[in-house]
Amino acid sequence: MNCSLASIEFSAVLIHVIKIVVLVFVVILPMVAYSVWAERKVSAIIQDRVGPNRVGIPFTKISLAGLGQPIADGVKFLLKEDLTPGHVNKLYFWLAPALTMVPAILTCAVLPFGSELFGEKMVVADLNVGPLFIFAIASLSVYGIVLAGWSSNSKYPFLGGIRSSSQMISYEISLGLSLVPVLLIFGELNLSTIVEEQSKNGWLLLPLWGEGAVWNGGWDRFFLFFPACIAFIVFTTSIFAETNRLPFDLPECETELVAGYHTEYSSMKFALFFLGEYAAMIIGSGLIVTLFLGGWSLPFGWDAGLMKMAGNPEQVPWWLGLMHIATFLGKVIAFIIFFIWVRWTLPRFRYDQLMKLGWIVFFELALLNIFITAGILILTRP
Amino acid sequence: MPIVVQRPRLTIAEKCYFPAIMKGLRITLGHAIRILLRKKKVTMQYPEAKWDDHLPEHYRGAPALVTDEHDRERCVSCQLCEFICPPRAITIIPEEIPAGDEWQKVEKRPKIFDIDMIRCIYCGMCEEVCPEQAIFLRKDYAITGVSREEMVHDKKKLYEIGGRREGLVNKWNELK
Amino acid sequence: MSLLFYIFSGVMLVFGLLVVVNRNPVSSALSLVVSFMGLAALFITLNAYFIGVIQILVYTGAVMVLFLFIIMLLDIKSEQCRKLNYVAMGGGVMIVLAFVAQLTMILAGYAPGKQRLVELPGDAAVHQDVKRVGEALFTHFNFHLQLLGVLLLIATIGVVVLSRRQGEGN
Repeated sequence: MNCSLASIEFSAVLIHVIKIVVLVFVVILPMVAYSVWAERKVSAIIQDRVGPNRVGIPFTKISLAGLGQPIADGVKFLLKEDLTPGHVNKLYFWLAPALTMVPAILTCAVLPFGSELFGEKMVVADLNVGPLFIFAIASLSVYGIVLAGWSSNSKYPFLGGIRSSSQMISYEISLGLSLVPVLLIFGELNLSTIVEEQSKNGWLLLPLWGEGAVWNGGWDRFFLFFPACIAFIVFTTSIFAETNRLPFDLPECETELVAGYHTEYSSMKFALFFLGEYAAMIIGSGLIVTLFLGGWSLPFGWDAGLMKMAGNPEQVPWWLGLMHIATFLGKVIAFIIFFIWVRWTLPRFRYDQLMKLGWIVFFELALLNIFITAGILILTRP
Repeated sequence: MPIVVQRPRLTIAEKCYFPAIMKGLRITLGHAIRILLRKKKVTMQYPEAKWDDHLPEHYRGAPALVTDEHDRERCVSCQLCEFICPPRAITIIPEEIPAGDEWQKVEKRPKIFDIDMIRCIYCGMCEEVCPEQAIFLRKDYAITGVSREEMVHDKKKLYEIGGRREGLVNKWNELK
Repeated sequence: MSLLFYIFSGVMLVFGLLVVVNRNPVSSALSLVVSFMGLAALFITLNAYFIGVIQILVYTGAVMVLFLFIIMLLDIKSEQCRKLNYVAMGGGVMIVLAFVAQLTMILAGYAPGKQRLVELPGDAAVHQDVKRVGEALFTHFNFHLQLLGVLLLIATIGVVVLSRRQGEGN
């Protein structure tokens, strides 16, 4: 068998470990910290305030527009008293924060965050069931919230946990169904291949070059643009609901439930919930970018042009590889800012409105979208 | 009698939320851009920039004791302010002015006059009640300290803040 | 390969046992979740990524969450305080032992079981397992699939009708 332990080469393991460590500790965690900063800063400018602008390099007067704030916050979380109330179920109370953080980090394993760097594919696990893997792991993150709500042994967290689990189950359906048309269009479940396809033939929401463009005979993509837009809207909204972000943050709705499922938590355990939420948001944006907006690829078919410029058609030059990583991160950051922008604009939905939207509108819309897409595919790609 | 509130009938555009969401996003984006381009300045960077020059005449800051034009302490230890003080922040222990003093005929002065600034609510009742015009609310507002003891203003500190106030002050004028 | 197999089947068996032994229903449900994860891992070590991922997605991600949802609404204290019925426990253990013994005896005598399994074809063929499952389902087993769909539809309609009737009674 090709996966016996002895046959795994040491260098391959080392490369994987480097990829995982760099991705998690150099990319994702700082991004989580700085998206908290971005959240505060964007909310501030939206509300005509200034936002954090003091903390910079310690012991100096350099403030760097408050960029030191996330580090100070992190230190504060670590140093705060970690209080475990007497009435909780200890084991699950300790397990719950980890169970929200771990799935969020795990899902980034299949996201292709760049094309190639020195001949090495920039994805931790190039699975051929990428989107399914993400759904499977993301569906586990509900356990953390449910357990936090239940083990806290008090009313508000419990209601938060109940709300969260029913919300996540409901929106997982529209999330999965809205993705089916996308997979139908690409005929592929491997995220790297999906991105490569978009790099060559136009992003799903921007089919303007390669075979996807109308003037190059891409009539199918022209007609498929409409279902793709529906899929995009349903998918993005469901991601909002899945990550418990406003306008769907009923599980931690401050006005009714104090803080929902993490009411009883303090210090680093609370921080893990907080970070888990932001990590899920980053992964969600990464997934949207990968599926609908071409992942790491540059627009207008510049990838092919730059490859031609570099000469060697087989190997992606290192500068292009870095450029691809930067493109991916740039798109993800733009999406995170969109998430934040929406959060500070829209009021919260009522719970029955939320359920109605999930079950009556999005579920049917996504289902209908599958049929529309399949019909167009039959007509245009005989 | 119960009042039945008729829910408004929504049009299709309103039902699908989308135009409203876009409108909201446009408004918040407008605010964000206005702040980013510094077309509008709302926040004052507090410790560097202060509002002190714009404080109104009737601003009620920290209470303080004052002396008159002869540097006599105006307070005669009547303890009215101590009684009127709603949070009981003022403690006064009176003392007799010894014979041979220039102001012997005044008879009493405070030996200890403490205002606990943790308790003080800046209501200005002490100023209103004082028959001798000895206590006034000044414009100091940043009263800070690292211990509870530090937050108690004693007589010396109160005179330091209050300083000297000459002549009679009409407390019921337009500004107060 | 075999090491991973033993680790994951160990995990499965231990947590499977915990499902029965635990007095706390929430612990039981979570043990079942871990047991399912072990099963998914076993599928993945066999290169059946699709089945493994679907195992997590459907069983741990959806079915068990609903289970947990219901269990959380129960009165757990009364469940924990219930007395053990030693006769029933003894009987249960006996039945399990008898079943395991029977299974071992039959399997030991099963001749094709002694053969080594055919090695799976290389990565390229296995990589398309979603496609293969899909093809098998929609060509060979199309009728069965449709039949299952109808059955599920009947169940869904039944639930809707039943819950409706209860609502009208109130």
